[in-house]
Amino acid sequence: MSQTATDPRRLRAPPKKRLRLSWADERVRAIVWQVLIVGAVVGIVWWLVRNTQYNLEVRRIATGFGFLQREAGLPIGETLIEYTPASTYLRALAVGVLNTLKVAVVGIVLATILGTLIGIARLSKNWLLSKIAAVYVEVIRDIPLLLQLLFWYTILQGLPAPRQALNPMDGVFLSNRGLKLPSLNWEVGHSWALLAFVAGCFATWLYAKVMRRKQMQDGQPRRVWPAAIGFLIVLPAVFWGLGGAPWTIDWPSLRGFNFQGGMTISPEYFALLIGLTTYTAGFIAEIVRAGILAVPHGQWEAAQALGLKPGVVLRQIVLPQALRVIVPPMTSQYLNLTKNSSLAVAIGYQDIVSIANTTLNQTGQAIEGIAIIMAVYLTISLSISLFMNWYNNRIALVER
Amino acid sequence: MSDIPLNTSVSGVPEAAPRQPPALSTGPVAWLRANLFSSWLNTAVTLALGYLLVRWAISFVDWAFINAIWSVPDNQTQACRALKASANPGACWAVITEKHRFILFGTYPYEEHWRPALVCVLFTSLYVVSAMRRFWRWELLIVWAVTLVTIGVLMWGGVFGLSYVPQERWGGLPITLILATFGLAFAFPLAILVALGRRSSMPAIRILCIAYVELIRGVPLISLLFMASVMFPLFLPEGVNIDKLLRAQVAVILFAGAYLAEVVRGGLQALPKGQYEAADALGLSYWQKTGFIILPQALRLVIPPLVNTFIGFFKDTSLVLIIGIFDLLTAGKTAIVEPAWQGFGVEVYIAVSVIYFIYCFAMSRYSQNLEAELNRHRRR
Repeated sequence: MSQTATDPRRLRAPPKKRLRLSWADERVRAIVWQVLIVGAVVGIVWWLVRNTQYNLEVRRIATGFGFLQREAGLPIGETLIEYTPASTYLRALAVGVLNTLKVAVVGIVLATILGTLIGIARLSKNWLLSKIAAVYVEVIRDIPLLLQLLFWYTILQGLPAPRQALNPMDGVFLSNRGLKLPSLNWEVGHSWALLAFVAGCFATWLYAKVMRRKQMQDGQPRRVWPAAIGFLIVLPAVFWGLGGAPWTIDWPSLRGFNFQGGMTISPEYFALLIGLTTYTAGFIAEIVRAGILAVPHGQWEAAQALGLKPGVVLRQIVLPQALRVIVPPMTSQYLNLTKNSSLAVAIGYQDIVSIANTTLNQTGQAIEGIAIIMAVYLTISLSISLFMNWYNNRIALVER
Repeated sequence: MSDIPLNTSVSGVPEAAPRQPPALSTGPVAWLRANLFSSWLNTAVTLALGYLLVRWAISFVDWAFINAIWSVPDNQTQACRALKASANPGACWAVITEKHRFILFGTYPYEEHWRPALVCVLFTSLYVVSAMRRFWRWELLIVWAVTLVTIGVLMWGGVFGLSYVPQERWGGLPITLILATFGLAFAFPLAILVALGRRSSMPAIRILCIAYVELIRGVPLISLLFMASVMFPLFLPEGVNIDKLLRAQVAVILFAGAYLAEVVRGGLQALPKGQYEAADALGLSYWQKTGFIILPQALRLVIPPLVNTFIGFFKDTSLVLIIGIFDLLTAGKTAIVEPAWQGFGVEVYIAVSVIYFIYCFAMSRYSQNLEAELNRHRRR
């Protein structure tokens, strides 16, 4: 049955017989079946392609990706890169991809945090807390995501107008135009500080690695945190100071019928983010709970018997074993979140599906439009699963 | 032992001082102490959560029941709007009272609504019967076939004195149930074939199956639905036209097939190798081996994840909203387009959620019970 090279039966396999041209020979049957099935599939595909070509000719629809260089003329509300309706379709699609990534990356981070908290809450000894978490998980998982998104969007649209905006904190306004937050005026000094922080992260990682190797040699544990503080906090602060210590906050304020200044989170993005985060968190909570429950109780007891502190037990004994159970299903949840972000089209957030859909309606080039959507999602999906597989291999149990 | 009188000290051992009775270990007070107030932190968490919960519950009950308006005379929604803007807002359930027939059955002719209603009942009883283990026999297939034909007759009509209703006028809950049920009925056999193909020793077939599964799983359902709605007409020869619902149904089947195939493959892999070898040793052919030995065991192993996939898939049928097919969610969204009823989305979405929740919650509970039952032999 198995085709693996280590199968002992292969070593004892009888010498290969000559291929007989007879239906009784298993290999002949296999070849005939494969030729038949591949032939049928190729035939169907060829038939579909022929039909498509004919239909495109009859309807005078141009083919090819030439339209990407034409002027798009479609307005986009939120952009991460510079964009005007006079830009090309290619740029419009790039904006769409970035908008998809914007909601997917933030959603993944928030859903992981919220999901982990709820998963741990479900295991809490406090009856009330664990029951509330259980009800949350059950309710959120049994209602379609699209319905939840429409629900959140309706609620956000039902908020008061900017003039009567809710003002829970100084500088934070919640109205039917979205969420307004104070923002930092970005200056050169901040860029320097950010660069220093990234360099500091790298330096900390390197330092920890060297220290660990030294510990492996002489068994003496070494402190990493003083160096980490230096690299991660002091170094960026120094660069920020050298850059002139810029610190101007842009506060939003009501002018006329809308807000001026500050940072805006549009109702569409906000609804999509809330919906995706709360929905995926329900699934992640179950994964985290199952992962923690999968670590046998004896592991906790053995670690305590060795005299390890509770924090060390969790960090060094339980978590590495739980992660092995958690990571593979978590990967598929991240992929689901990314694919579910395509539901943005239903509430008017302009992600790649929404923009490609408008593009194919304007140009009539349906095949190219859908091919672009599929290519983008396949690329994102494959990247996430490659990264998570790499991470999974790193933490996987090494046996013999 | 019982004839030894109590309170007699053994000679030489001084009598122990009378001890305090042990702290309560049973009863409601003990339960509260153990589960809600076991430490300072726990007490604080309980009190804070309890406070928030009670506050939320009071405001929810106020909104949903005490202040709510249950019906209004002929589309006069001023009272509802006034209530919504007031300091003490309440729900306007009048929108459900007024529109529930539309949300459930869409634009199906009003006087014929008993037909889609009966269809929903038939579908639901079909699910219930299929879920009972004592009916897991091949006769169940006949029941399915008969029920599905009956459903078709009821929906279309045109025979037995029922008036004909074109498919464009169908809508609401029956569409959701049709998409989900027919989707499953066709996707499941497809999934079994693909899962077997993915583990086949013939390279060409294996590659085809892997390509199909990975392609479908790598893209969102929406892109497949778009493909069904805009690209399918281009694929077919001129003059051949398939209606929109059927195209969406095909997309849903292809989508579900890929996901179910992975679940079935999990079962095939989890089966001990000895089962395959024993079947081979008996001299069974591939299809005998698969049909009599492998599949009955492999499918039994994966029933709980299969039901979970069904749940996800039932929820995903709501995505047809995006290509404009009139399912339950679309009907709900359309119900509040009328100017008189605009702005009552929250009420409608809550009502539609309740319907989805009932179906999904029942399936999820069923899957949990079944898992416990099937694993009974593993429990000690």
